[in-house]
Amino acid sequence: MVGDDAVIEGATGSWEVVIGLEVHAQVISDAKLFSGAATAFGAEPNTQVSFIDAAMPGTLPVINEACVAQAVRTGLGLNAEINRYSVFDRKNYFYPDLPPNYQISQYAQPVVGPGMVRVDLEDGSVREVGIERLHLEQDAGKSLHDRRPDATCVDLNRAGVALMEIVSRPDLRGVGEAGAYIRKLRAILRYLGTCDGNMEQGSLRCDVNVSVRRPGAPLGTRCEIKNVNSVRFVQQAIDYEARRQIDILEGGGEIEQETRLFDADRGVTRSMRRKEEAHDYRYFPDPDLLPLELSDAYIDAIRAGLPELPDQKKVRFVEQLGLSEYDAGVLVAEKEVADYFERVADGREAKTASNWVTGELFGKLNESGREITDSPVSPDDLGDLIDLVADGTLSGRLAKEVFDAMFESGRPPGEIVEERGLEQVSDRGEIEALVDTVVGENADKVEEYRAGKDKLFGFFVGQVMKASQGRANPKVVNDILRQKLD
Amino acid sequence: MSLDKATVSRIARLARIRVPDEDLERLGGELDNILSWVEQLGEVDTSDVPPMTSVVEMRLPKREDTVTDGAYPEKVLGNAPESEAGFFVVPKVVE
Amino acid sequence: MAELTRLTIAEARDRLRGREFSARELAQAHNLAVEKARPLNAIVLETADRALDMAEVSDKRIANGEEGVLEGIPLAVKDLFCTDGVRATAGSRILGNFVPPYESTVTANLWNAGAVMLGKANMDEFAMGSSNETSCFGPVENPWRLPGNGSPIVPGGSSGGSASIVAARAALGATGTDTGGSVRQPASFTGLVGLKPTYGRCSRWGIIAFASSLDQAGPLTRTVRDAAIMLTAMSGYDPKDSTSADVPVPDFEAALGGDIKGLRVGIPDEYRTDELPAEIAALWQQGLRWLEDAGAETRDVRLPHTKYALPAYYIVAPAEASSNLARYDGVRYGLRVKGEDLVDMYERTRAEGFGPEVTRRVMIGTYVLSEGYYDAYYLQAQKVRTLVARDFENAFEHVDVLLTPTAPSEAFAVGDKSDDPIAMYLNDVFTVPASMAGLPAISVPAGLSKSGLPLGLQLIGKAFDEETVLRTADVLESAAGFEAEPEPWWEMTQ
Repeated sequence: MVGDDAVIEGATGSWEVVIGLEVHAQVISDAKLFSGAATAFGAEPNTQVSFIDAAMPGTLPVINEACVAQAVRTGLGLNAEINRYSVFDRKNYFYPDLPPNYQISQYAQPVVGPGMVRVDLEDGSVREVGIERLHLEQDAGKSLHDRRPDATCVDLNRAGVALMEIVSRPDLRGVGEAGAYIRKLRAILRYLGTCDGNMEQGSLRCDVNVSVRRPGAPLGTRCEIKNVNSVRFVQQAIDYEARRQIDILEGGGEIEQETRLFDADRGVTRSMRRKEEAHDYRYFPDPDLLPLELSDAYIDAIRAGLPELPDQKKVRFVEQLGLSEYDAGVLVAEKEVADYFERVADGREAKTASNWVTGELFGKLNESGREITDSPVSPDDLGDLIDLVADGTLSGRLAKEVFDAMFESGRPPGEIVEERGLEQVSDRGEIEALVDTVVGENADKVEEYRAGKDKLFGFFVGQVMKASQGRANPKVVNDILRQKLD
Repeated sequence: MSLDKATVSRIARLARIRVPDEDLERLGGELDNILSWVEQLGEVDTSDVPPMTSVVEMRLPKREDTVTDGAYPEKVLGNAPESEAGFFVVPKVVE
Repeated sequence: MAELTRLTIAEARDRLRGREFSARELAQAHNLAVEKARPLNAIVLETADRALDMAEVSDKRIANGEEGVLEGIPLAVKDLFCTDGVRATAGSRILGNFVPPYESTVTANLWNAGAVMLGKANMDEFAMGSSNETSCFGPVENPWRLPGNGSPIVPGGSSGGSASIVAARAALGATGTDTGGSVRQPASFTGLVGLKPTYGRCSRWGIIAFASSLDQAGPLTRTVRDAAIMLTAMSGYDPKDSTSADVPVPDFEAALGGDIKGLRVGIPDEYRTDELPAEIAALWQQGLRWLEDAGAETRDVRLPHTKYALPAYYIVAPAEASSNLARYDGVRYGLRVKGEDLVDMYERTRAEGFGPEVTRRVMIGTYVLSEGYYDAYYLQAQKVRTLVARDFENAFEHVDVLLTPTAPSEAFAVGDKSDDPIAMYLNDVFTVPASMAGLPAISVPAGLSKSGLPLGLQLIGKAFDEETVLRTADVLESAAGFEAEPEPWWEMTQ
């Protein structure tokens, strides 16, 4: 199944857009990949830098065991082969935010081999996207070009932080699939707790490989667009780049394989002025380190500790909780949503919990621009609200009113119901009195009803509910009205 | 095999060492001598030999994931030829 | 107090404990000797005040009975070791006035054991050289001169300053580093004992890197016993170095004095080259007989890939160096030469900062790692390295230790080989194979050449078997009875 946007109509016919993604995911760890310096975001410049990170002479790297475990965990979450033997190489190039002027990375022998991600597309179909490899490497520091007109300022706080580079096969067609792939990958990383997926802070960055070809033709020459930092930008960059390439090809030109930058302000890609001349990284095994060897027992222990991932959770929601594929898909897409839902649904009717979460809660969150993690309504309070409906304390209509109040104030439903006196009235005597009043005040309508105008029954129910300020139990109202009128 | 000026120039560029044009030939000659001498290694049959990865038999040691280092920007910047407001300063980088 | 500088480490240690003199007196005597030895250009930074401060602490610890194994012993430190708050240059202009805010593990171990720092020793730039002529501070002179001839000769390299200052009786010992022979060859040229331990025995943390898979720290001393004492203090597992070996450190001094009856000593046939001078071949034979007289069995062994070790080394070491030295870019420390833009700044800084030999090796290293050449050069060299290491493994199935010459010549005159890189590289032909295999090896002074300069013999042992190497070296040293000392001409020049 190929998305609608996978084929672009050019002036001379259709073109297929072929996309591969290299995602750099910052590993969740307290310390850096090869040093004991901290990784927290937003610290003062050069305060989270060890002598190793600054490449002081004579300093040496020692690997952080947690980063290795995170890479293995991620590999398992991507259904990938874990390599029992992998090697750290040096990738040599000069850049001021790369203090040793080489990056410790993995080249020929990465820690994780081929894997696969199931991507849910908008039309409900599923596409299997191949993962070529995942390797561990160091992040670079940060160069600030705007701080001074004549110079670049360098902060090494990020230098040496562990990254996982996750390389997809060129299996993606169109911007829709690319976006869905990134969202799914991000969800898996967040479920695993191996990357926080925060694209604004740069925890997840994408290099996008784009090429175009006539449908069925061999792969075209690709361009790599570096460091694109949101799903929307990835999509804009692909869109622009594909059309640029098509224009060149249709004009009789050839695509030059190159690295390009995405200009977010203008929504275009442009050639890097700093050409990586020669492009010769001179990879070789880092002699300061030894090969990384992993035992089966080590990998099995990590496998045993894996959490339930979105695909498995979705199956369980459908098969065991009886949710629809669609609802289950929505609920598992974000780990926080799934966690919230499961808490609400715990001991309650799953379908009802799902309706509340995907209906009322999502509506209010959207309206107020909040994430579920900032929801003023806690899952436990929402659960209590559902219980109040289930035991007949609240009518469905009032429950929505109470929910709105909970969202406004962050208070629990019990308090609001009590304060506003919203408990449902089911007492037959009390309701009978209301019915009598309504019937007495509307003698003409009673006549009409009895003469066969059945539709008026709804009118009487409405009047009684109004008189009860909505608190009367509709079932009892119906009951008594039938008695009195029929 | 001999190293032409263009090759010497390319290697110097990769190594980020400025070599004036008039020195390229001399340096090329020196490098050429050394390379011709090491090329005798080609005589050795290494078809089934793995490359050396480590001379001592041991496993890669690992550190615990705890913050034990850093928080001394004055030491990190103390030897810098140019720094300002906690940053290293280098000539403007154009991307 | 001149006699204080003529002691061995073992003697000085015992007499300090016997309160015959104080650590302060010992330090003062050496500070003075260092000052007198300035014509040798062996020390690039004298730390006389620090030496006195450290000696005073030592005196207190001795008084309290808390002394370490090197308490109060004055040592020189090769300028490749980072010492907290003391300038470290690696003999290169590119480090400028770099003052490391951290301490190398080896020197930290020495100070913990009570040693006293006299100063930082001159060396070939980034340890690249076999004559100590590539230092940005100028060449080091060997205290030895040809009798009746005042022209300077080299002390060997790269640990030439360390060797020269110990041979001149101005330090009781010194740290060196050995990548392809940089401790053993200068020891041979200056009449000292030089020990390169097994790769992984001493931590590389804080030692400015030349070739990471080969670099090892080692002591330069006047006796085998002193080398054993220093090695005990320098060694040990270090969690800051991923290639440091987590093995117990024996008391190496305790390994000395045992007999070597039945010890199997191998003589590698491939070291008998046509170029080997007759007097060195003869000394080698003599060494063999000394060990046989002490009860050892000698036998011939084959190390068929020996001739390829040196060219393989001259690929592997420059390759690693080209990457290790990339960090010297004028951004975070050291020299910066202004340029038109960033790349120009890099290129000018490195052109001005590196001397010709370092430039050559960085260029060679860059070339052999570059696209299209990696397999033919670097990968092939690492495969040959495997074969070199296997040769030793096979040999050590039949013998316990190997005996060879340390260097193919005596010390040569300053300027003799500095124009011919390959002639210079050939100095390391006997020391490089053990380096490539990571094995422990020692050079012991065994005699004088016809022209009156010292010559050393080398013993190579199994990995982490420094004890056998030291025990055999001790026997060799006693048999050779090398007592010669250079005339202190440098004291006259002032």
